[in-house]
Amino acid sequence: MKDMLKRLWHRLGSPRWFFQMMAPWQWWLGLLAALLLLTGTFWGLVYAPADYQQGESFRIIYVHVPTVIVAQSVYMALGISGFVLLVWRMKLADVALKAMVPFGMALTALGLFTGAVWGRPTWGTYWEWTDARLISTLILLFLYFGLYALRESLSSAEAAGRGCAILAIVGLVNIPVIKYSVEWWTTLHQGETITLTRIRMPPEMYIPLLINLLGMYCLFGYVVIARMRNEILRRERETTWVAAWLRGKKDDVGNGVIDGH
Amino acid sequence: MARLTLAAGEWVELRGANGSGKTTLLRALCGLLPREGKIQCRGRIAFVGHRNGNAGLLTPLENLRWHRRLHDVPAVDAELLDALEHVGLLRVAAQPVQQLSQGQQRRLALARLLLSDAEVWLLDEPYAALDVAASGLLDELLAAHCRKGGAALVSSHSPLALANRVIDLSWDDFPSAGRTAADSAQAIA
Amino acid sequence: MSAFTGQLVRELQLAGRARADVLNPVIFLLLAITLFALALEGKPEVLREHAPSILWVLVLLTNMLALDGMFRRDLDDGSLEQLLLPPAAAGIALLDKLLVQWLVTGLLIVLLSPLLGMILNLPATVYPLLALVLLAGTPAVSFIGAIGAALTAGARRGSALLALLVLPMLVPVLIFGVSAVNRALEGEAPRAELYWLGAISLASLMAAPFATQAGLRITLEQ
Repeated sequence: MKDMLKRLWHRLGSPRWFFQMMAPWQWWLGLLAALLLLTGTFWGLVYAPADYQQGESFRIIYVHVPTVIVAQSVYMALGISGFVLLVWRMKLADVALKAMVPFGMALTALGLFTGAVWGRPTWGTYWEWTDARLISTLILLFLYFGLYALRESLSSAEAAGRGCAILAIVGLVNIPVIKYSVEWWTTLHQGETITLTRIRMPPEMYIPLLINLLGMYCLFGYVVIARMRNEILRRERETTWVAAWLRGKKDDVGNGVIDGH
Repeated sequence: MARLTLAAGEWVELRGANGSGKTTLLRALCGLLPREGKIQCRGRIAFVGHRNGNAGLLTPLENLRWHRRLHDVPAVDAELLDALEHVGLLRVAAQPVQQLSQGQQRRLALARLLLSDAEVWLLDEPYAALDVAASGLLDELLAAHCRKGGAALVSSHSPLALANRVIDLSWDDFPSAGRTAADSAQAIA
Repeated sequence: MSAFTGQLVRELQLAGRARADVLNPVIFLLLAITLFALALEGKPEVLREHAPSILWVLVLLTNMLALDGMFRRDLDDGSLEQLLLPPAAAGIALLDKLLVQWLVTGLLIVLLSPLLGMILNLPATVYPLLALVLLAGTPAVSFIGAIGAALTAGARRGSALLALLVLPMLVPVLIFGVSAVNRALEGEAPRAELYWLGAISLASLMAAPFATQAGLRITLEQ
């Protein structure tokens, strides 16, 4: 077991290995993500029972909650990648870092948007400053902006990667403190928000939620692997293996697939 | 894969056109840039880069004091003033560095070199801002340093007459992206 | 030990000779508070009610201004390179830099706090607590901010980027700081908030030298 892990670690040092190994994973995860998300969303938005307090508008949480949870997981993954990059200088970690930021940012924004959609019928406003989760998510969005801006501003690609790694780690360490302080703050100034934990959900309600959550994680996997493979192609475009792979693709297109078989 | 060796007492000139990677190589050797490959060095390294490393608002004396203390060595004014005298800055020892000329500021960097106990000197175009007298001073300092067993790698646009050896960073000696190339260097001093 | 005093002396000398750099942020703070007072039409109750929030937000922004040039001068004249070259005691030297950075911003704000309290129409009884709250919280702002300053020192338009990077991480300080002053205004001792502020400040003091050094090395690589 230990040997296997060691070998895996070694292999992760090679972007080419990752590129080739992850191809099937990418497609399977994509498929799984599509299936799970379609099922979960459809089930949640159409079939699950309406909440007795909030009625139909409640259904948006089937999208909102998984989005927010995964957005936070993405940041955690960012922090870990950053750590790996700084300590072990693994090139793949930098690729991962670069790949995850835009996805995390989009997901967080989606989380805020769905939160606003939920908020309108529930509280009467699109935004509620006394909801700890919303505020924390907003701050998370700013953290993502910061990562994106930093990468753009540092001129050398390698320096940009490591700078973002530092920022991601500092951000990761800060997140629990931020969440705690925001929760503390909002309980001081309690509004009429209904937090998720106070809703007891029967199975017909939380199963679609879990399905969507799983689907969202698969989506995370799919998108990040796809982006990483793209980035690897870009970074290694001068090497022979990439040239061979591209040629292989051209052959596919030329010989069988398009000409009709 | 490139290999660079500096032996004790050697004064090596690093020659190359603009952009050939002299600065990059020197900075990588100091540890300011990440590198692939190993550096084995017996002895400490002193570096003088393009920018002199002097705080403009402080006087030469204050700058030298800071530098000594930074390396955890107590700063004895008498020693510092001696060094300033050696490089011809005693007169201006109490003026803020930003009021000094480029050449004088470079001399301050040389005074710093004098005071450091480093065995290996890495100098990035040190002759650039120096007039004839100061160039002579630098020659003398380098010669003395190498006589005592130190080593120096000095980059320069124009040929240095007194160097023992020349490394030319033309495209076939070293790969151009000095940092990403695996360079393995040994400086033995 | 030499390294600690050496760098400390140097930073204090530099601060003393670039007095405008030290005073400008504080003058900005006073000016900004004045703007708020004007904008709120000087109504005493309104000022008092919003004083904690106004004060803390402006303290954060003032620090953004003060932190922006923290490493730039040393970067430009080459001293930063010398500081990070191997035999040099970089960690200690950076610790000194962080301390002096706080001394010339945070501590200055703490000392000025009675004046600030006066402008914002806070009762004099609250001044000591106000100073204590600022004393507990401003170090965190300086130290966490320094990490951002280290990462952005070489970037063009660094100041906007610095604010973007650092302000989200300072939200806890803002929250606890404002809450503490509010409680002080109600006559209670803000113990929990002070503990939190102090803890964040201490933790950032311990982490900042390392993170700053890593950030500076990255800046130097460009």
